Amino acid sequence: MTKITLGKGINAGLRAAMEADPKVVVMGEDIGKLGGVFRVTEGLQKDFGEDRVIDTPLAESGIIGTAVGLALRGYRPVCEIQFDGFVFPAYDQIINQVAKMHYRSMGKIKMPVVIRIPYGGGIGAVEHHSESPEALFAHVNGLKVVTCGDPVDAYWMIQQAIASDDPVVFFEPKRRYHEKAELDESVPPALPLHQAKVVREGADATLLCYGPMVKTCVQAAEAAVEDGRNLEVVDLRTISPFDLPTIFASVKKTGRAVVVHEATLSFGPGSEIAARVSEECFYHLEAPVLRVTGFDTPYPPSRMEEEYLPDLDRVLDGVDRVMGY
Amino acid sequence: MSESVPGTPPEVFAPVEVPVSPAQPPEEVEFVQLLTPEGERVEHPDYSFDLDDEAIKGFYRDMVLVRRIDAEATALQRQGELGLWASLLGQEAAQIGSGRALNAKDMVFPTYREHGVAWCQGVNPLNLLGLFRGVDQGAWDPKDNNFHLYTIVIGAQTLHATGYAMGQQRDGVLGGGVDGDAGEATIAYFGDGASSQGDVNEAFIYASVFNAPVVFFCQNNQWAISEPIDRQTRIPLYQRAAGFGFPGVRVDGNDVLATYAVSQQALKRAREGSGPTLIEAYTYRMGAHTTSDDPTKYRLNEDLEHWKLKDPIERVHAYLSRHAGVDHDFFDEIDAEGDKIAAELRAGCLALPDPQLTDFFQHVYVEETPQLAEQRAQYAAYAASFDGEG
Repeated sequence: MTKITLGKGINAGLRAAMEADPKVVVMGEDIGKLGGVFRVTEGLQKDFGEDRVIDTPLAESGIIGTAVGLALRGYRPVCEIQFDGFVFPAYDQIINQVAKMHYRSMGKIKMPVVIRIPYGGGIGAVEHHSESPEALFAHVNGLKVVTCGDPVDAYWMIQQAIASDDPVVFFEPKRRYHEKAELDESVPPALPLHQAKVVREGADATLLCYGPMVKTCVQAAEAAVEDGRNLEVVDLRTISPFDLPTIFASVKKTGRAVVVHEATLSFGPGSEIAARVSEECFYHLEAPVLRVTGFDTPYPPSRMEEEYLPDLDRVLDGVDRVMGY
Repeated sequence: MSESVPGTPPEVFAPVEVPVSPAQPPEEVEFVQLLTPEGERVEHPDYSFDLDDEAIKGFYRDMVLVRRIDAEATALQRQGELGLWASLLGQEAAQIGSGRALNAKDMVFPTYREHGVAWCQGVNPLNLLGLFRGVDQGAWDPKDNNFHLYTIVIGAQTLHATGYAMGQQRDGVLGGGVDGDAGEATIAYFGDGASSQGDVNEAFIYASVFNAPVVFFCQNNQWAISEPIDRQTRIPLYQRAAGFGFPGVRVDGNDVLATYAVSQQALKRAREGSGPTLIEAYTYRMGAHTTSDDPTKYRLNEDLEHWKLKDPIERVHAYLSRHAGVDHDFFDEIDAEGDKIAAELRAGCLALPDPQLTDFFQHVYVEETPQLAEQRAQYAAYAASFDGEG
């Protein structure tokens, strides 16, 4: 049992995966000696060498495009994109090559590529460093999109993502890198990669969230107790494909759902959840599915981000509204 | 300014002289040539063709057969049996020369026009048609023939090739044997248009800094659909390699002896661990970009007539007739073989089964997701609801 942060959980998970499989290579900008700008890969190059922990040229399409080639050669590349807003030069390779290779080859080619992206706001950063582009990847067939909400999940989910023969976009909630939890590596992971997790059981309404918003929603649920409300919190963990059975079970139980994410409202993950829940849980719903999210603007200058980002009060406001029906 | 004194930047920083136009007439282009358009062998100080006339006869056969396959595919498109075809007409020497220089373990990353290289690698020509007929998106297993699927997004495959070569490097398969030639290399095909893509330039950088065993084989066929080469570059493409830190060479892309010799040397260099090379095969796209294109709108017929005189097959025919004692029977047999292959290709194309949409859901992921399984089942039920109707 060790106390680790979310960032160290990913680091330890990467290390475990590299020890287990010599074909796992880690690649990205500044990930070697520096250990990445968030130190997530700290110490790996020292222990695994420059051939397996590759400091790449500063070109994101190159990172993903060469990862495709390495995967074709039998490697399992884990690519780090330094910040959410810097993934777009690689977007073509991700969408047209990584995501489609299995399909277009009728399953003859597998693409076990993991693309790690620190994402989300709340760290007072300059523009392009606080974005939540997960819907842009969840919309792409052939990709799996996951995100961890706590250090234990971080440790196990990165290993499960690396073990996946499908390409996985692995979003890391950068403002939670320093959250701490107890990890016992000897206890196997409780859930498969693409299963959602009920992190708090409740009866009155369901908060559906992931990544950085899991902590926010748990805090909101605890605060709601004072108002006499017993909220259920579901950490979705996988954005594509959603674990619909877990979502449906919770919403059928509570009759009310609020989806919470930092990403923009329109065409966001919450839109898909609302549609699916309305199809499957229509006769159980006491209220429409509501969404508490970032707004339909580009990410704002950081002095305004606290207003832009869903926080405890905005989540509770959403709960008030969903309870008002 | 050009005088070098201590403390001043090296001459690489001197003002760039604008070189001759890349669209210069072909007779003024300097390149490696070992067989003239008239069919005469010529010497080159750095490259020689060291195979015998039997090998040249083999190259001739390859080129005639792939031209015949290409013509049949174009005809199939014209008759509505293919949705599209990208003809290799005029580029046979570039593809056969480089393709025949490959060793069994070398890996190929093609564009969508490398039918000649596919032939050299033993890919069934019928498999090439599936993509263009719309029954699949590449039916061959790249591992069977070390020939990756066709890549349509321009230049994307150059990064895949570089990454694959980085994998070869990590697998420790460089060097060994006589002169290190037992190693493995990767070759990336692309065109003059692709040379403007970011991915191609990133591939050059990655290959260079990691010293990856990859050969960049650019078929400069002078045209990117309607855009001439001077819309892509102001210097000869092969000269760009110097800026990335590896050798570049321009070869007469219509000379199969020269493309073979130049490719062989570059591949050997890669296999022994000496890093990448850029080859610019100077050639001409004799046909349209694809069957959807109309080159009469943007280029002169006299250009085409000019390049016809430099035909890659005619010059080998002339050489074999005049200098290798090859008689008509040889040429006639190959023509007959081509007709037979074309007839088989046609029959095979018409017999390709139409795909079923429900068969494709399962290939999106290694395991079909519940969402996809649901959609497939819903569609199957919907489709079945028409059974027994009209």
